Amino acid sequence: MTAIANVSRRDFLQGMISAGALVLSVPWLPEKLWAEGSSGFATRADQAALHPSVYVGIDIDGTVYLIAHRSEMGTGSRTSVPLILADELDADWSRVKIEQAIGDKRYGSQDTDGSHSVREFYGAMREAGATARLMLIRAAAQQWGVPETECTTDLHTVVHAASKRRAGYGELASPASKLTVPKKEELKFKPKNAWRYVGKGTPSYDIVDLCTGKADYGMDARLEGMLYASIEHPPVLGGKVKSFDDKSPLKVAGVRQVVPIDPFTPPHAYQPLGGLAVIADNTWAALEGRRKLNATWNNGPNAVYSSEQYKKELQETARKPGKVVRNQGDVDAEFAKAAKVVEAEYYIPHQAHASMEPPAALADFRDGKVTIWAPTQNPQGVQEVVAKQLGIPEENVVCHVTLLGGGFGRKSKPDFIAEAAILSKKSGRPVKVVWSREDDIKFDYYHAVSATYMKAALGPNGKPTAWLQRSVFPPIGSTFDATAQYGGAGEMGQGFTDVPFDIPNLRAENGPAVNHVRIGWLRSVANIYHAFAIQSFANELAHAAGKDPLEYLLDLIGIPRVFNPKETAPGSSGPPEGYAWDIGRLRHVIEVAAKNAGWGKSKMGKGRGLGIAAHRSFLTYVASVVEVEVNDQGEVKIPRVETAIDAGLVVNPELTRSQFEGAAVFGTSIVRGCEITAKNGVIEQSNFNDYPVARISEAPYHTNVHIVDSDAPPAGVGEPGVPPIAPAICNAIFAATGKRIRELPLSRNNLAA
Amino acid sequence: MLKFTVNRVERSFDGDPDMPLLWYLRDVLGLTGTKFGCGIALCGSCTVHQNGKAVRSCTTPLSRVAGTHIRTIEDLSRSGLHPLQKAWVKFNVPQCGYCQSGQIMQAAALLRSNHKPSDQDIDDAMAGNVCRCGTYQRIRAAIKAAAEEVA
Repeated sequence: MTAIANVSRRDFLQGMISAGALVLSVPWLPEKLWAEGSSGFATRADQAALHPSVYVGIDIDGTVYLIAHRSEMGTGSRTSVPLILADELDADWSRVKIEQAIGDKRYGSQDTDGSHSVREFYGAMREAGATARLMLIRAAAQQWGVPETECTTDLHTVVHAASKRRAGYGELASPASKLTVPKKEELKFKPKNAWRYVGKGTPSYDIVDLCTGKADYGMDARLEGMLYASIEHPPVLGGKVKSFDDKSPLKVAGVRQVVPIDPFTPPHAYQPLGGLAVIADNTWAALEGRRKLNATWNNGPNAVYSSEQYKKELQETARKPGKVVRNQGDVDAEFAKAAKVVEAEYYIPHQAHASMEPPAALADFRDGKVTIWAPTQNPQGVQEVVAKQLGIPEENVVCHVTLLGGGFGRKSKPDFIAEAAILSKKSGRPVKVVWSREDDIKFDYYHAVSATYMKAALGPNGKPTAWLQRSVFPPIGSTFDATAQYGGAGEMGQGFTDVPFDIPNLRAENGPAVNHVRIGWLRSVANIYHAFAIQSFANELAHAAGKDPLEYLLDLIGIPRVFNPKETAPGSSGPPEGYAWDIGRLRHVIEVAAKNAGWGKSKMGKGRGLGIAAHRSFLTYVASVVEVEVNDQGEVKIPRVETAIDAGLVVNPELTRSQFEGAAVFGTSIVRGCEITAKNGVIEQSNFNDYPVARISEAPYHTNVHIVDSDAPPAGVGEPGVPPIAPAICNAIFAATGKRIRELPLSRNNLAA
Repeated sequence: MLKFTVNRVERSFDGDPDMPLLWYLRDVLGLTGTKFGCGIALCGSCTVHQNGKAVRSCTTPLSRVAGTHIRTIEDLSRSGLHPLQKAWVKFNVPQCGYCQSGQIMQAAALLRSNHKPSDQDIDDAMAGNVCRCGTYQRIRAAIKAAAEEVA
């Protein structure tokens, strides 16, 4: 398979079609799990006495080097993926050293998005651990002249119980390295009751560094003789420099150079936006110099983009028939004879990622090669994009992956890293590109603005007999194909074509939308607007039918059964093998969340209410019950969120709980005040004053996360917590006030009594 | 020539007095534990102590640093971990961790003046510090635990 690291349009579209239901990338495993170093860049693991795979090395002093080949942006993958290997190896975690991999295809996919890291590499990590363990056992058995079947391991030690002999992994590393690497069929995996780490909860490997200022992010990368760059980008996507002052910036002490960066050739994909870079001895001088550029621009065709007008167009499109992406039964016939029909429209504006670390990268170009230190979610993608930009082979791009100060999908896109590489080549010095917060907010790959139209016919018992849903948004595909106007299979499969309701007549449609800004993926992607519309509408129907929203939701979902959207939405990508919807699991998380919330147990006081929403994304079933308090001034407090999840086998429950707590805050930001709007093609927001992500006083006071025991294979945890939050909050607001929120953010609604 | 101390070391500076302390710490001294988040005192990632009080280094020009004592996350604890850092570890507060230097410095200033902060005290003191990962409930729990240890 191909990875989305390949940025050509063909590959992207193939990725979208073949496997894009769940993610916008196609993860893949290395062809040879045991490949020797291919980059010429040897890790400590490679150099250790025993290194039976690219992911692990064991040295004669007993140190176990484990490779973290996925990026760490706060989701814990740098800890939790190697932890699987360590468990199967029966290694002592305190003797493990983790090394962050550079971008290198020998590790398989390093594209850290789509909540993939654990679920995609669980098997590979276990195999790598079991392989090393078997080799250590065989080495000991040979030394002792006993059958290997009589030997076991016990925390970094091989044991022969009958003779009470023990040998540490360190002393066995050299003899084990002389053995043939066993075949997969020979491996024996530890039984579940022997797991030391998986399912137990292990803190981040970097926890102390993260609390003491010692952790190094891309923003912190430093090299001898480096310069700093700040870049003035065209204010409108596709704009070009008309004029600028090339003298005044140089009068600022510390400014060295003003360097133009070429505009991109459409489609923009991951190319730099173009513009004017000011290169200086420190970040402050670069920022000051930039203020003196007085640049003027030819804005080009995207200057027509104004959000107010665009919103009306999206909503108009959503009211008209669109492309049918799922159809069952005869929706029109049922509407024609229905006694009661309910309609509603929902709207969510663009969102920005706004990770706390703005985009930043350091590049050092010399002798036709470039070495990069960057907070990237996709180092192989960096190699590809930078190689193309500089006209050098991919193997001449070495990409070191730093910690990421948040990613949320923004740092999958290496445009800012390519800028650093270009500037280092042009200046002949190592250059760190630093985006300001304003740059970050104004030049993001935005989460798509969306309008959704919903219509249902209610039968005599209040349950829908027909259901129509229509979703319109500028698609991510437009980033790779300027003509793309319809959602890809990836977006449609995220909570839309796979709506799991038990309704005989159901149609899903998608209308066209033209992009005017860069569209990208943001934590949980299209699930955000699909879950908001569908779970809000389900709640509206419950009230229209005079039913309890919880009971109504369970009734909509129907009895426990297997549901495979591939059968109802031909042409959709559907879930991977083994991951058809298990409706029983969805029901169960709803019941667990409701029970913990005390749903229906006591009367809520004035201005208080509970709201529920449930969704499956990235193969994880999630239900959230949110409690809100709304005062007479219309201010909303969120004292509590109860979230129940079935994520299959959970490798690291502690870090998983963190992800779902954080997702509740992320969802709260979408509800409360976050919106990105454009006027004449220019983004109107700039910093945390007008892009107000939730603060401690605005976030849910407490989120309780209930992890349901499950023997299903591991599923995603980074993203799936987000989609239910917005509808659950708005359903709770309705319960508290009788006011229905159909357009976000809340700041656009008046909730005052 | 501006004179001041950073983490108990005497420093002097004769460059642009408008340069914010943040960039001096990060680019000149290489003290990168103090983070750049917004540049206009809206997120708190750059929080340091000036004469014991929490300030936003991104909007504190060096001209206003002259004659004062600056302490950064690198020097918060002079032996082992500060009680707040211990609590941060115990409660697994950080996710990406980028904002946590600022969160901890802000919380340290709070605990110095308030040994038993209420929820409202914590909201008031910490509302200027943004965490996009959403670790707030753990921050709150860690501050309370550290306060008990200090008290």
